[in-house]
Amino acid sequence: MTRGACIRASTIGLALVVQASWAHALGNIENGESLFRQCAGCHEVGEGARNRVGPQLNGIFGRTAGTIEGFRYSNAFERAGAKGLEWHAEELDVFLENPKQLVPGTRMSFRGFKDPVQRADVIAYLRQYSDSPSDLPEADATATATDHDLAPEILALEGDAEYGEYLSSECTTCHQIDGADAGIPSIVFWPETDFVVAMHAYKNKRREHPVMNMIAGRLNEEEIAALAAYFSNLEN
Amino acid sequence: MTINRRLFIGTGAAMLAAPMVRAAGHGMPRVVVVGGGAGGATAARYIAKDSDGAIDVTLIEPTRTYFTCFFSNLYLGGFKEIDDLGHTYGTLASDYGVNVVHDWAIGVDRDAKTVALAGGGRVPYDKLILSPGIDFVDGSVPGWDLSSQNAMPHAYKGGSQTELLKAQVMAMPEGGTFAMIAPPNPYRCPPGPYERISMVAYWLSQNNPTAKILVSDPKDKFSKQGLFEEGWQKYYGGMIERIGPDFGAENTSVDVAAMTIDIDGSVENVDVCNVIPAMKAGRIAELAGVTDGNWAPVNPDDMSSKVDPDIYVLGDASEQGDMPKSGFSANSQAKVCANAIRGALTDSRVFPAKFSNTCWSLISENDGVKVGANYEPADGKISSTGGFVSQKGEDAALRKATYEESEGWYAGITADMFG
Ligand SMILES: Cc1cc2nc3c(=O)[nH]c(=O)nc-3n(C[C@H](O)[C@H](O)[C@H](O)COP(=O)(O)OP(=O)(O)OC[C@H]3O[C@@H](n4cnc5c(N)ncnc54)[C@H](O)[C@@H]3O)c2cc1C
Repeated sequence: MTRGACIRASTIGLALVVQASWAHALGNIENGESLFRQCAGCHEVGEGARNRVGPQLNGIFGRTAGTIEGFRYSNAFERAGAKGLEWHAEELDVFLENPKQLVPGTRMSFRGFKDPVQRADVIAYLRQYSDSPSDLPEADATATATDHDLAPEILALEGDAEYGEYLSSECTTCHQIDGADAGIPSIVFWPETDFVVAMHAYKNKRREHPVMNMIAGRLNEEEIAALAAYFSNLEN
Repeated sequence: MTINRRLFIGTGAAMLAAPMVRAAGHGMPRVVVVGGGAGGATAARYIAKDSDGAIDVTLIEPTRTYFTCFFSNLYLGGFKEIDDLGHTYGTLASDYGVNVVHDWAIGVDRDAKTVALAGGGRVPYDKLILSPGIDFVDGSVPGWDLSSQNAMPHAYKGGSQTELLKAQVMAMPEGGTFAMIAPPNPYRCPPGPYERISMVAYWLSQNNPTAKILVSDPKDKFSKQGLFEEGWQKYYGGMIERIGPDFGAENTSVDVAAMTIDIDGSVENVDVCNVIPAMKAGRIAELAGVTDGNWAPVNPDDMSSKVDPDIYVLGDASEQGDMPKSGFSANSQAKVCANAIRGALTDSRVFPAKFSNTCWSLISENDGVKVGANYEPADGKISSTGGFVSQKGEDAALRKATYEESEGWYAGITADMFG
């Protein structure tokens, strides 16, 4: 456990009795499951969970931060892992309160659960997927249903990342390129498919947001693919 | 020639990959940017960043800290501190290798292709970008000139003017009068004066609830009018009186010494008088000879001047067509221009111009609204291709979300300008 986490955790412990009884009273799994919807835009957990915008969360308890093979972590996370940050209930509690406090520079653009009971609930929910000695087996890529009816040709379009870089300058007036979220969500490192699906949903007004409907509305399929190619593969 | 830090520390691979350059008989191509605001800072950063050291970028800007006009009304309302609005050029220099020169540009020699500095010396360019913002049209409000700006602030350029106006509002006597003379079209930030009225009204309603706001406005209609008027009614009923052209508002003058405002012959004593005069392109555009009337006409594909193909004019100073004069627009234009200039000076790809704008305004605490549109070149100008505007009667949650989104935009655009 890092020093930072240690200090934070004990301060919280002093202030809030709930924290003191951590080890004994795990939170409410059902509540945790519904709270986890706030995380599910980026993280998967459970059978077949895959890395998405964020790493999959199976087996997170006891894992060193920033060590899932094949996931592109921020430099900040790699550093935190190298310094020995290991995920246990207390670290997760501090992290979920305010991710940037424990790992400054993380791309995780989540403002945190301020309520300790909610954090306990989420942690209890996650805990279920960590008890088995090794991670749950990975399912094949079709296992996750994403709700869309885009033609496979659209999803298969190979984006021109250089064009995407130019087009991205329209996005970065509002969406920060380092992934910070100050009121407008991060769009960096999204898997290309998710990006394409989301942009087409805005374009076709199946997702409602006047600015995004306007921006996506005039992008054609190639341009959306170009943006997806660029944002999914930014240099750190 | 200055050694560009980026190139200097660049990896061998990056240097090999550096695109072929086309400079007229001297080493690296040189871009000079005058004005480090929404247009200029963005253009400097994008050209330096995307050319990876292949273009030498110099930014000429007199102030060391740029105070944004955007969100300055929120400062008047008490939602921001002045320091929240200040941004410096350190990262542009250290991380992007932009040569930042803190000085005024005082002239442009278009034949020799040099910019003269107030501190002496000339800076040569292959391509020159002017993004100097606005200046005021002399005599547009009889009785007021620039020497009256301390007694009757415009607060339409960021920083000390904004602070002065706030101090004057805070010093108003109980039940006093805040007057604003709103500008005629075209001017920077169409909703700006009306957001300002909302924010001053907000502050007064908390601190000096019997105070009055008197607006003399030469325009029939204004941006987001229905939304503002609905909000004023809801939150500040009876505090705000707006006098339009139907009651002689074009015929408004001030007496700075007496602190009075005369609207078509009816004279009022006021405690604060916010005079927002008619506007024109920042003076350097005129000195460079690229203006026609008050503004500098540009080509819609790349923001190049209609007068000189090696000069580009961005933001408020340009006359481009349908885009409102806003920070968002200037930032959007800067990226199109940066792409075109890189293409002209190196062999990088040039993509079609696309522009967009969204302006958020705050009416009261957590009550935000927005208006936006897309633009593309058509018919020799930048033309609107469609947009949206917030609706009257939206619920509180949506208005709050809109306000939070504006916070995100502010963080986004300032990061996009200053790195
Ligand atoms: C009250 C108010 C609220 C606003 N709110 C919003 C908003 O919510 N959203 C939005 O998008 N826009 C808003 N704006 C508009 C926005 O501030 C401008 O449209 C934007 O700043 C224009 O960018 P620019 O690059 O043209 O000029 P500026 O940003 O004004 O930059 C010009 C720069 O050039 C420098 N300069 C001038 N002359 C010279 C010279 N001779 N040599 C060297 N440097 C020089 C100046 O020092 C200045 O830093 C608002 C404006 C006001 C006044």
